[in-house]
Order: sequence, then structure tokens, then C-alpha cells
Amino acid sequence: MVKKNNSLAAILKIIVLYITLLIILLPFLIIVMNSFKTTQKFIESPFSLPKSFDFSNYIEAFQSMNFMQGITNSLILTVGSIIVIVFFSSMTAYLFARFKWKINSILFFCILSSMALPFQVLMIPLVILYGEMDLLNMRPSLMFMYVGFGLPLGVFIFHGFIKGIPYELEEAAFIEGCSRLRTFFVVVLPLLKPVMVTLIILEVLIIWNDYLLASLIVQSPELRTLPLSVFNFFTAYSVDYAPLMAGLLMAMIPVLLLYLGLQKHIIQGIVDGALK
Amino acid sequence: MRQNKKLKNFGTFLLFGGPTLFIFSAVIVIPFIFGLYLTFTNWSVATGDNTFVGLGNYVEVFTDDGFLTSFWFTIKYVIACLIFANLFAFFIALALTSKIKGQGLLRTGFFTPNLIGGIVLGYLWQILFSRVLPFLGDQYGWAMFEKSWLGDPDKAFWALVVATVWQLIGYLVIIYMAGFASVPKDVLEAASIDGANYFQGLRKIILPLSIPSIIICFFLTITRAFLAYDINLSLTDGGPYNSTQMVSYHIVQKAFLSNDYGAGQAEAIVLFLAVALIAITQTYILKKREVEA
Repeated sequence: MVKKNNSLAAILKIIVLYITLLIILLPFLIIVMNSFKTTQKFIESPFSLPKSFDFSNYIEAFQSMNFMQGITNSLILTVGSIIVIVFFSSMTAYLFARFKWKINSILFFCILSSMALPFQVLMIPLVILYGEMDLLNMRPSLMFMYVGFGLPLGVFIFHGFIKGIPYELEEAAFIEGCSRLRTFFVVVLPLLKPVMVTLIILEVLIIWNDYLLASLIVQSPELRTLPLSVFNFFTAYSVDYAPLMAGLLMAMIPVLLLYLGLQKHIIQGIVDGALK
Repeated sequence: MRQNKKLKNFGTFLLFGGPTLFIFSAVIVIPFIFGLYLTFTNWSVATGDNTFVGLGNYVEVFTDDGFLTSFWFTIKYVIACLIFANLFAFFIALALTSKIKGQGLLRTGFFTPNLIGGIVLGYLWQILFSRVLPFLGDQYGWAMFEKSWLGDPDKAFWALVVATVWQLIGYLVIIYMAGFASVPKDVLEAASIDGANYFQGLRKIILPLSIPSIIICFFLTITRAFLAYDINLSLTDGGPYNSTQMVSYHIVQKAFLSNDYGAGQAEAIVLFLAVALIAITQTYILKKREVEA
């Protein structure tokens, strides 16, 4: 009797869960469905299925949003910043973990504390200072800032991991005459792969989705990242919903594809990132 | 020899730490210190004026009705997001933790909204609130949805909460699930053998043992909601009639539209202190309730 009750409850639970999931995914479904219709049709009946797969909204969004430019800029910034973050922060984490000098623990503490600072506290000074130096509206400046904001997290994540790596491995390399730098790149860096994945995932999501910093630093249309293109597209099209929906989907697709391929890593990365 | 070793150490320090420290100083340390200085001046790029004004900017922050309104609005928003996002996430995670078919698929699905950036997410909900929900309201006579929520100050608040909660749930579900995984199964079993019913088990065992994940989730919700900007810009753009301006939105307006950098920066500092204070207080209060399994 008890058993039967349990299994009934279990089935009920699964049904409720799937219904909740459906509700959560419904906004996506509605947008997908309507991105193949005309704006007129969407307003008249947003819940009807599209009659055919008409891609004209996508073509219009692709052109008006300047999608290729947006995605190229976003890619350059995300990939470029992350490579620099990974190298510099892992080297510094190594320095802090292996050389227990007083200055190192002070600096490590400063870098960790900076993670508590919200971006809002730094944005106005950044705009003024870099403006005074005439460095605004340039891609390298924006990348430099993404690196600056990403380094503390990198140092933190790598530091915790390097502390757990036995020093003997490096000693063996020193005996063979390897320099510090070479030892780091040949022996230590390859061992960091698991946490590197975590860091990369967290940074991809942060940099790829960033709007505020990019909007403050970049003004020229040809430097716009994807979120900026979406913003401008919406400002220009306001109520022509059909191409707007196609545009939204196109902006989502890159991250969703990445998620499809790496979901286990992404979820693990998010958990690790949050628990730290 | 000694001199040599020192030199070598300094070289290692520069090589491994130099680039990071340079960028860190240029992007975080110097702007932070300059930002503090900025709050005591009436800096203006246009006039080149930077007179020292003492605490004038901070006085302005606390007497500016616009800021106080946005601050109060943000507090309400944080509380609403905190309650609803955590309530939903907690129970979804609880249901997902027991062995069920398609656990991975469900978790993956719930998390999807979290991948989308605030701008895209806000526009997606803008379309739903301004066109899709009013359509349902018209069709089925649901008074609640007949007019767009974005045209009414009170409902626009809830529109922001709905969109934010929708995004946060999946994130919190994952953290709660990780937390539940560390609740020992035998503790639960012992409870059910003792005749504890489900809700007793939940209140007396699962809840106290999940305090560490509750602390993390509350912390994440509070900081995220307090600092929200993108979704505010794209979903309501502060409207209707400036009724949904959150603190970050207000700061951006103050600094970059009114060019009042000093006052904007003072607002940002106040925002930072408020978030830190609230986030630390909640951690402190909840930590005291923590128990060991």
C-alpha cells in the first residue's frame, strides 16, 4: 500500500516537474514560433503555428542588426580577453601559491577583496580616466578592462588548485635544469586544465553577455558587440516585432549551441564558481 | 650571493606578477581610489571644473528624491526576487534530487534562461508582456492581462520580478541540488522510519542541513538583484513615468546623461555599501542557524 502511494506521488512529481519546465521554456517557444510569421500575424494570433518556415525575418534582422559585425566583435573580445586572463592569472596564482613572501599575501588579499566591488563603483572613474587619456571607443581598451575584471577570479580559482599540486613535480623539473618559467608552462599549466575549464566558462558568460561596460566604452557602430547590436536594433525597430524576435533568437543561438555541446561542464563550472 | 638571490626573486615576482598587477591597478585599484576622490568634487568633463565640495555629493544623494525612490524600489524588487526565486528553486531542486527519469534533461532545461544576457532577456519579456499576455487577456477575458503590464507602474514592477525570477530559478536550482547531495541519505531514512512524515522531515532535517546552500543562494540573489541594470534598461527602460528606475539605472542617468559625475559616483558608493551590508548581515544571521549533519 505504502509502496503504491509512493509511486503515485513519484509520477505526480514528474508530471509537475515537466509542466514547470514547459512553462519556463514557453517564452522561447513563443518567440521561435512567431519569428517565422509576419508582425501582423503575430499580433493577431501569437499562439498559432507558422504556416511555413519563412526566413525573411531572419534575413532582415541579420542585415539590420549587422549581425556578422556584432558576432565578430563579441568573438574577438571574448576569446582575446580570456586567453590573456588565463595566462596572466595562472602565473600570478602560481607566484602567490609557491612563494610565501609577505608582499604576496598582501597582494593576494587585495585581489580577492576587489571581487566584492560591484562594477557600478568603477564605471564612472573608468570612463573619466580613460576618456582623459583618449582611450575610449577602442577595442583594445575594452579588452583591457575585461581582462582587469576577470583576473581576480582567475587568480582565486587557480591559487586554490595550485596549492594542492605536489611540489615534487616541479622539483624534478628544476633538477633537470628547467627555469621557473619553463617549469610553469611545461609542468604546472597542463595540470590546471580542470579549473581552467571552469574559469573559461564563467568568463565566456560574463564577457559575451556584457552590455553595460561595452556601452560605456564603445560608441562607433563598427565596434558594437552583440548585446549592443541587439539594443540598437530594438531602438530602431521598436514595434516591428517579427524581425525583432528573429534577431533575439540569433543573438541567443551562439550561447545555446555552446550549452548544448558543453552542458555538463557548464553546469559544473557554474556550481564551482558559485560555491567559491 | 645574497644580493643575487634577492635580484632573482624580484625577477620572478615581476615576471609572474607584473602583468597582472599592472592591469589590476589600471582597471580596479586606481579607478577605485580616483572614484572615492571623485565623490568629494563636482567633476565635470565639459568645463574642466573639479572644485572640492566636501560631503556635498553625499548630502545630495540622501536628499535626492529620485535616488531615494529608486533605492526603495530596488529594495522591494530585491525582496520579491529573493522570496520567489528561492521558493521555486528550492522545491524544484528538492523534487529533482530524488532519483527520477530525465533528471539531467530537466536540470539542463531549467538552467537555460540563465545563459541569456540581460539585454536579450529583457527584450524577450518586453514582447511577451506588451503583446502576448494582453492577447490572452483579450481572448479569455482575464482582466489581469488585458492591458500591458509595462504601461502600469505597479504591474511593471512585477514584470521585472517575473523576468528576473525566470532567469534566476535555474541557477539557484543547481546550487540547491549540489547542497542536497550532501545531505546524507541515511539521516532522511532514519527520519522516515521514525515515523516522521514528509513535511516534518523537510522542516526539521532538510531545511537546517541546507542552510549553507541557502546562504549562497540568498547572497547571489541579493547581489544580482541589487545591481541589476540590463534587464531594467531593456524591459521597462525605467518607465512608465520613471516609476521603475532601479539604483544602477539612476546612477547611469545621473553620471552619463546629467554629467553629474561626483553625485553619480557617490550614489554608486552608497549602493556598494548597502549591498555589502545587507549581504553580510544575511550571511551572519543564517550562519548562526547552521547545523552539522
